[in-house]
Amino acid sequence: MRMMGLPMIESEPDFMIHGVLKYHAFGQELWISDTTVGAWIVTAALLVFACFVRKKLKNVSESDTPGLFQSGLEIAMEALENMTQGIMGANSRRFINYIGTIFLFILLCNVSGLFGLRAPTADFGVTFLLGLFTFFIVNYQGIKNRGFGHITSLFKPIPILFPINLIGEIANPISISLRLFANLLSGVIIIGLWYGMMPWFAKIAIPAALHVYCDLFSGAIQTYVFCMLTMVYINDKME
Amino acid sequence: MNISGQDFIYGCSAIGAGLALIAGIGPGVGQGIAAGQGAAAVGRNPGAKSDITSTMLLGQAVAETTGLYGLVVAIILMFVKPFG
Repeated sequence: MRMMGLPMIESEPDFMIHGVLKYHAFGQELWISDTTVGAWIVTAALLVFACFVRKKLKNVSESDTPGLFQSGLEIAMEALENMTQGIMGANSRRFINYIGTIFLFILLCNVSGLFGLRAPTADFGVTFLLGLFTFFIVNYQGIKNRGFGHITSLFKPIPILFPINLIGEIANPISISLRLFANLLSGVIIIGLWYGMMPWFAKIAIPAALHVYCDLFSGAIQTYVFCMLTMVYINDKME
Repeated sequence: MNISGQDFIYGCSAIGAGLALIAGIGPGVGQGIAAGQGAAAVGRNPGAKSDITSTMLLGQAVAETTGLYGLVVAIILMFVKPFG
């Protein structure tokens, strides 16, 4: 088993997270890893894109004919609105910002394998954090909308089911984060094994198909599933 | 041949990782059933193809989870070495 940060050994598959920079804080030895750098790059790309869109669309008036760029953005926005409206109904206006944000972040993280990064979502630290966001939003909405009924709903329909209901609540963030993590990790492992172990002629055109399936298709589906389940969990607590 | 206790544990972990991936059978069967029902639904109502496809893919992605739990267990056994 190689340690973190050592140079890659040839002809051995490489799909682990590597440390980039070691530092000490709070009495711990901490690493800035591939994941951190990848997440920074993704965030920077999203910020640049956001500034670009703002600059481009700030001075648009209603009488202008929308160009290709604006039309594309409006179609994407409409798709996002339809997606949230379909699940959350009247509450969708309040959560469309959050859902859109995590959708863009996860999608860009998932497809970043195409650009040579190790996908940041193939690290359980990232996906578990996203799952925790969902968990806190769900419970905040539950307490806000139902008050004490949020606690007593754990004892329904009969009190003896309390442990099972509690486990069911706690398992939600773990299950959605593990689902995203394991899908991306399996893609990273398959592509890493192919690049690391196959002879040179097998690396010519076949990895393109693997990238299309593991990065684009699987990544897009899992992004959709994550956002969908987040909305379903939130919507359960809204009435 | 001498096998130390450490090596024995690693070997057993590798066997356990292989056994954990038996969990892949369930999602395979489940996704196949979902895809078959989806194809039947499209055959009955070709106009609703996009709705059927998105529902089918969502269900399949959720059904895949149990198999991925097996994968996570196998990865932990192979690389994290909790018993080594």
